[in-house]
Amino acid sequence: MSEQELRIRKIRNGTVIDHITAGNALNVMKILGLTGKEGLVISVAINVPSSKYGRKDILKIEERELKQDEVNKIILIAPNATINIIKDYQVIDKKRLKLPAELKGFPKCVNPNCITNSGEPVETEFYVIQNEPLRLRCKYCQRVTSQDDIFKQF
Amino acid sequence: MDFKNKSIISIRDMKREEIDYIIKSAEILHENWRNYTNYLSDKILGTLFFEPSTRTRISFETAMKRLGGMVVGFSAPEGSSLAKGENLIDTVRVVENYCDAIVLRHPLEGAARLAAKYVKIPVINAGTGAEEHPTQALLDLYTIFKEKGTIDGLNIALLGDLKYGRTIHSLTYALSNYKVKLTLVSPPLMKIREEIMEDLRNNKIEVKETSNLDDVISEIDVLYVTRIQRERFADPTEYERVKGSYRIELKTLKNAKKDLIIMHPLPRLEEISQEVDYTNHAVYFKQVKYGLIVRMAILLLIFGFEIK
Repeated sequence: MSEQELRIRKIRNGTVIDHITAGNALNVMKILGLTGKEGLVISVAINVPSSKYGRKDILKIEERELKQDEVNKIILIAPNATINIIKDYQVIDKKRLKLPAELKGFPKCVNPNCITNSGEPVETEFYVIQNEPLRLRCKYCQRVTSQDDIFKQF
Repeated sequence: MDFKNKSIISIRDMKREEIDYIIKSAEILHENWRNYTNYLSDKILGTLFFEPSTRTRISFETAMKRLGGMVVGFSAPEGSSLAKGENLIDTVRVVENYCDAIVLRHPLEGAARLAAKYVKIPVINAGTGAEEHPTQALLDLYTIFKEKGTIDGLNIALLGDLKYGRTIHSLTYALSNYKVKLTLVSPPLMKIREEIMEDLRNNKIEVKETSNLDDVISEIDVLYVTRIQRERFADPTEYERVKGSYRIELKTLKNAKKDLIIMHPLPRLEEISQEVDYTNHAVYFKQVKYGLIVRMAILLLIFGFEIK
């Protein structure tokens, strides 16, 4: 058993999110709406060595297959993450992160004077105007939220 | 072109053809508005001003009444359902049952777009946050068109608080539809936001930035003046110093073109000396009349009338 596997054992069924930007595993959980109160078995490894990126985070969620629209949000904070769906210890599906043209419900608009930050019962909505580095234009106030702005929200 | 039931939320949503159509309609209406005094006699306009306003509100109310329509609404949130904690979405859903269109001013950006999403009647943005004031931009364009006969080909200077002024933002976006040169004159602290500069660059608008009006006064065709806002300065001494250097007086205009026009969204405080009012350059009071005509045209168009 490798050192890595000693840290987090293989899971039988569920989802493994690997290559999360180091230090962001808990943010990924937040984006996915995982609080721990769902009763799911979740293993988190933070700042583990990675041959590709130096350091990385890993998240293993047992007995839960993430859907494509759920995983798409992860790209906002972990653009290099890979997602493997596991069944009977085997990888049965690899999902690629794909940034959609429009986003709803996440992140918050960077503009404190935006109507979506005022307590109105409305979700944020954005157009993706640039992928790399990420830039989102709020559909309501038209202001641009950048990758840095999103990181500051955690 | 069909504007029936359309909301006017942001100048950024409008194509040049649509802006030109409103200007053209206003020009026709300007000459024969008296033929239209009964057109909106069965219509009620809801004016929801969540932020104090004098000129814009009176302008819309007069426009509606000149066309035979009626107006209901409020001009400050105190005493309204908002003061009781009602949200904007609920407020407009209620008002929708009383009115045929809503004019909305709100301190928060995006408020008009949110309102328009939840009601079936047209919503006209009368100023939201620091970002949008589309009818002001349309009346500004109409003023330039009426006074200069064209918008294309002009060198237009925007002076004052370019960072926070919503009229500036809307006008900048509106002008980026035309082949104009933009000259931006402001204290370094109040330069236009980089985001807007980027949009101007994308639209291939020639932009010159300076903090000194004297450097450019002889080159420009239109001088659009806005107030330097005292509340933006942490140090009152700095405000006094800056304010003085952006005051338009007769001597400021010594090297100006003879047919330079000076515009201002009003209220004017000390940024334009009253002696300038009596020169041929000053069009800021005419601008108010042009605004009324443009708003009358917009109301007729969204209620489905063609102006010919």
